[in-house]
Amino acid sequence: MSLRLSSPNPRLLRTRVGREERRLIVAFLVPALLVTFGVVLIPLLEALWISFHRYSLTTPGRPFIGLANYSSALVDPGFWAATWRTVYFTLVSTGLELVLGLMIALLLNERFVGRGLLRALVLVPWALPTIVNGMMWRWIFNADYGALNAILLQLGLIKDYQAWLSSPWVAMNCVIFADVWKMTPLVAMLLLANLQVIPAELYEAASIDGAGPLGRFRYVTLPSIRSGILVSLVTRTIEAFKVFDIIFIMTRSGPANGTQTIAYYAYTETFTALQFGKGAALSYLIAVFITLLALVYFRLIREEVQA
Amino acid sequence: MVKRSLAVLVVMAVVLSIALTSGCAKKPQPVTLQMITMKQAAYSDAHISEMVKKFNEANPNITVQVTFVPYESLHDKIVTDLASGQGQYDVVLVDEIWPAEFAASNMVQDITARITPEMKAGVNPALLDILRVGDKYYGIPWILDTKFLFYNKNMLAKAGYTAAPKTWDELVTMAKTLKAKKICDFPIVWSWAQAEAIMCDYAQLVYSYGGDIIAPDGTAKFNQGGALDALKFMIKTLKDGVTNPNSLTYLEEDVRQVFSEGKAAFCLNWTYVYALANDPASSKVAGQVAIAPTPAGKPGTAVGVSGSMGLSLAKSTKHPEEAWKLIVFLTSEANQKLYASDSLPIWKAALDAPDLNAPKELAATLRVQYQAVKGRPQFVIWYNAFSTKAQVALQQALLGKATPEAAMSQLVKDMDSVKK
Repeated sequence: MSLRLSSPNPRLLRTRVGREERRLIVAFLVPALLVTFGVVLIPLLEALWISFHRYSLTTPGRPFIGLANYSSALVDPGFWAATWRTVYFTLVSTGLELVLGLMIALLLNERFVGRGLLRALVLVPWALPTIVNGMMWRWIFNADYGALNAILLQLGLIKDYQAWLSSPWVAMNCVIFADVWKMTPLVAMLLLANLQVIPAELYEAASIDGAGPLGRFRYVTLPSIRSGILVSLVTRTIEAFKVFDIIFIMTRSGPANGTQTIAYYAYTETFTALQFGKGAALSYLIAVFITLLALVYFRLIREEVQA
Repeated sequence: MVKRSLAVLVVMAVVLSIALTSGCAKKPQPVTLQMITMKQAAYSDAHISEMVKKFNEANPNITVQVTFVPYESLHDKIVTDLASGQGQYDVVLVDEIWPAEFAASNMVQDITARITPEMKAGVNPALLDILRVGDKYYGIPWILDTKFLFYNKNMLAKAGYTAAPKTWDELVTMAKTLKAKKICDFPIVWSWAQAEAIMCDYAQLVYSYGGDIIAPDGTAKFNQGGALDALKFMIKTLKDGVTNPNSLTYLEEDVRQVFSEGKAAFCLNWTYVYALANDPASSKVAGQVAIAPTPAGKPGTAVGVSGSMGLSLAKSTKHPEEAWKLIVFLTSEANQKLYASDSLPIWKAALDAPDLNAPKELAATLRVQYQAVKGRPQFVIWYNAFSTKAQVALQQALLGKATPEAAMSQLVKDMDSVKK
């Protein structure tokens, strides 16, 4: 719709002014096109081309092998293990971020003394760079001098210091915890923005109709912030699926690959094993997964817009 | 008026350009070199900056910019820079396990012709060989390293021990006593994280138990004999509660910190720990730390793992002469003697030199340990890919998710995929 409105009137193009306008349009578009082709499209196609070759830095030659890189990844149990781990990471972290983010947003939407200060403070974890966040949690979870063990021991919740990052499953949940701590504020802020525009009349009307606090939440709040929930869900799922940095810092995919996500798997194949062809194929497989996710969400959003 | 000032300007411009060009002809062109090294073990970043400053003063036309990265990022950072053939680095720090791979992928230069007779005669031959692939040399060793046994004298004395353990079994017996007497909860701490760190500890144990990891022809040796004994030993120390269970997440720096906090009585680590663990500024146990050669396994003699590193010329360097000058300066006997407590010199004569700037015990222990030192199987170009699989297999056995035999036979199967 908006595209048609902004495109020039074809009749106008034939006039002198129109020609000048067209030149101007082309001049404005060229840089954007160059950037899109040079930085995005050409490397994307080159990576696709590389993914059809056996491209290993240590062996000369780059023979065309068709889909062999893809098929070897798809039959590798390590690939699927990494994929399922990524799915687990994505579901749990996105779910927690959404629930906690909503709770924080509801709290910050209430009127109380110091609300402005609290709203600013909540954003701090999100403002920290991931490297700082990762290092911080690595220290907190440290079994020998970490703060978590000290606190839990003093509270009497554990008897001995626990080696948090030494067991694959526990380590995965520790990484999820660190990610949730960092990303929840973003979700909270998105939802808070939605909450703030709900007209007070709606709540009044609901109260008059006999709705209690839970009823008002169910029938007024939730429907009004549906789009906010969807937006945070989409961005967080896709980000979580590509997670790499916090794992690189906290666990380096260990112990015993317990925190190796699919992006980390692709990284190891590419830069440690120097298999660039396989690495490119893996990147495309990750892209396919994310496209599938995006399609599902796209449908949801379209239904939302139509409703 | 305008004309005159124009004429003055022209004359000035001519004079200036003559002055500038003549100045250039006399002085060599200014050159900026990029070097990548690590901020971790061996030479500290402060010491490296000092060395580079001295080099800059002696060579005013050469500016050296140093990039420091953790060891765990070094390989990948070099690969991403040099793989395209248009890298920014001139001098790169290369671990002894990478030359075969880097030479095959054409990232570093063959410097065989640059090696002087003095280097051939003066440098410890085993060390010069760490950067040799076939009959070609791809760099000069800079960091001499092997894993020593560090122990806390005071803790051992409290338990009635006066000397370092000679065998691994003796070490475990001592550790059990320390634990029983509540001197230390987990007396031994290792760097068994999923990283190259675990391979170093593992290799030292395998060699000490008379085993091997990979045969020179590329076949598996880790699934038999001494290698299997070494893995079983590692698992047993965990089960007996003498190994710190968090070792599975620790790199060498974490091990140093736990040891320096006084939370461990024994650890295997690189040379640099001796100075840092005895420094009150970074250690709570300064003055209590002693160094010993690696203990022996049951059947064989003690063998230390080699963890040396060297400096190479990047293939894409535009200033090979200046870069080589920097390498020669950094690896020179004079420079190495000065910073010997970080890393002992590669020069044979330097170890006995009176002006060796290192504690006497350090050089003495090295002399004992260097009678038997062995590297990881760096002779195969797929060592790094193999190592990532081996790290996981070892951790699975250590976590009890697979028996040692099952984990190692799975690793044999994985070898096919890494050899590609």
